[in-house]
Amino acid sequence: MSAATAVVIAGDPLLSGEVDLATIGIVLLKVLVTFVLLLVATMLMVWFERKLVSDMQNRIGPNRAGPFGILQTLADGIKLFFKENLMPERAERRVYALAPFLSFVPAFLLFAIIPIGGNFADGGDGTVTIFGKETYLQLADPPIGILFVLAMSSIAVYGVMLAGWSSGSKYPLLGSVRASAQMVSYEAAMGLSAMAVVLVTGTLSTHNMVVEQAGPGLWGILPNWAILTTLAVPFVIFVIAGTAELNRPPFDLVEAEQELVAGFNTEYSSIRFALFFLAEFMNTVTMSAIFVTLFLGGPAGPAPWGPAWVWSIGWFFVKLVCFLFMFVWFRATLPRLRYDQLMHLGWKVLIPASLGWLLMLGAIRLTLDNDWNPALVGTIGLVLFLVFWALLRGANASAAARRELDEELTV
Amino acid sequence: MGYLEGFKVTFAQIFGERVTTPYPKEKTPKALRQHGRHVLNRYEDGMEKCIGCELCAGVCPARCIYVRGADNPMDDPVSPGERYGYVYEINYLRCIHCDLCVEACPTEAITESKLFEFSFTNRADAIYTKAELVVDDEGMPRHLPWEDWRPGEEVDTSAWMRATAPSGSAAYEGVVAWSGELGFGVRAPEADQVTRDAITPPPSDGHDDHGHDDHDDHGHDDHGHDDHGHEDHGHDDHGGGH
Repeated sequence: MSAATAVVIAGDPLLSGEVDLATIGIVLLKVLVTFVLLLVATMLMVWFERKLVSDMQNRIGPNRAGPFGILQTLADGIKLFFKENLMPERAERRVYALAPFLSFVPAFLLFAIIPIGGNFADGGDGTVTIFGKETYLQLADPPIGILFVLAMSSIAVYGVMLAGWSSGSKYPLLGSVRASAQMVSYEAAMGLSAMAVVLVTGTLSTHNMVVEQAGPGLWGILPNWAILTTLAVPFVIFVIAGTAELNRPPFDLVEAEQELVAGFNTEYSSIRFALFFLAEFMNTVTMSAIFVTLFLGGPAGPAPWGPAWVWSIGWFFVKLVCFLFMFVWFRATLPRLRYDQLMHLGWKVLIPASLGWLLMLGAIRLTLDNDWNPALVGTIGLVLFLVFWALLRGANASAAARRELDEELTV
Repeated sequence: MGYLEGFKVTFAQIFGERVTTPYPKEKTPKALRQHGRHVLNRYEDGMEKCIGCELCAGVCPARCIYVRGADNPMDDPVSPGERYGYVYEINYLRCIHCDLCVEACPTEAITESKLFEFSFTNRADAIYTKAELVVDDEGMPRHLPWEDWRPGEEVDTSAWMRATAPSGSAAYEGVVAWSGELGFGVRAPEADQVTRDAITPPPSDGHDDHGHDDHDDHGHDDHGHDDHGHEDHGHDDHGGGH
């Protein structure tokens, strides 16, 4: 916590000095690397998911294109390029054409603020030196940091919503209505649990979050990761809300095949469909990267020998793959939620839980900072918790009773 | 933590057995009496068995067989009888592999091989002519360019004939009531049903499922509990229960 003062200036040191040709070169290089890295990661993620899901279902999965079928995504992409690009007669033409980009571009922009490496070991501040310039191994480090994540994921809702609405068809419309309701509901829980990380690390910038989490943690053995310093609950909530935000199983009501054909993108074909598909998997990769950055210390990790930045990139990808595995595991295991269950979980469980936890973390922080009496604060906190919990239960119960009465009257 | 049981189940499958056959690379063994594309058999002396009677064409429900018989030339007969199949064509765009032609044939001239894996790219290829259907001089089906034969697959071209007596009577089980074939001679009858059942006992409940092991039973149990949960809740609120 004391390290909060160590990082004073937010932002990449590359851009704080004078801008010359090398600076522009580095920025362009970083743009290129980020772009290619994300595209390749997305391609591999599609393959990884298909392969792992088939493993979990006693199947073999794609195995024809390239070694272990690794080029299957490429083959599918090329195929989609050559398909006819249909536009339904009743579609809202401009919006219909715009929607795929609205979900694709935010997916790309999100990855720009993810730190993928840097000298974080042994109290390093995460900078590396390229062409004699100090810089971060991340495309951008805006001071608003994590707010940018929330903003971009909100814009991605527009892509889904407009795609369904502009298709001029009923299933896409239903899918997009579900999608917007779901994404808006879970964004609240997601934001509140992200705030818990902001609270303990004392910064919005993703880079500084990683710097904060890089130091030694509790008892000198455990890492100082936010998953531990926020006491795990915000992490669990963030993972659940993140999965819902991605419309991935078990929260894939948006494209519930049995009910909505293919959901919001039913009317899309060819490259426009490919953009949606790509955006979905790109978001999966990016969301995993955000989990890693927020809760697992990003690229921070020990570097036993050799240059620390190489190790940090390795650590980042190891942590990333863990979450990608988790997403696929979810998909292979959990059945889809019903719509009322989805709303119930979002509004009545996740939002109160994340709000309560945020308040508790704040109270602990204030108690420690101001040397308040821990016993007194604990008692008051417990009383308040019980009062609010009883209120929530009471509200739920009375709502349920009223619904039952309604049903009796209408029957 | 009943919710987490499922994760264990799916994870364990990663190391489990694969049930998929990687098809174009490998093939699963075909059933002995599978209906594939036809062959026109010949006697051991090389004579064709077909006598051009058109019974196969008459019985064909898909009307995919076209036969025209002709009188055998005196000096160089094609078949032992009076007439032979002068034109014999089967349209595989129509054939439903019902095997009725095989049942109808009085001379066991037409039988079905196991082969169903052909992909022609034009209608002309889809209509098999007599030259393509008649077995070669070794008594083997001809391997056409668009067909996928693997070694050993061309051998069983008349399993159905050997399995049952021509009259279909169980009294003739195990009795040779068919003529010899070019390349194979008189094929031996299959073992009778009692012997076959002793080797492979018939399935008890009508279907044979490989997928039922301990894990599956577990899954069924869990599912049962879930169902109960839904019934209890009915349409009331799920509030705070979890």
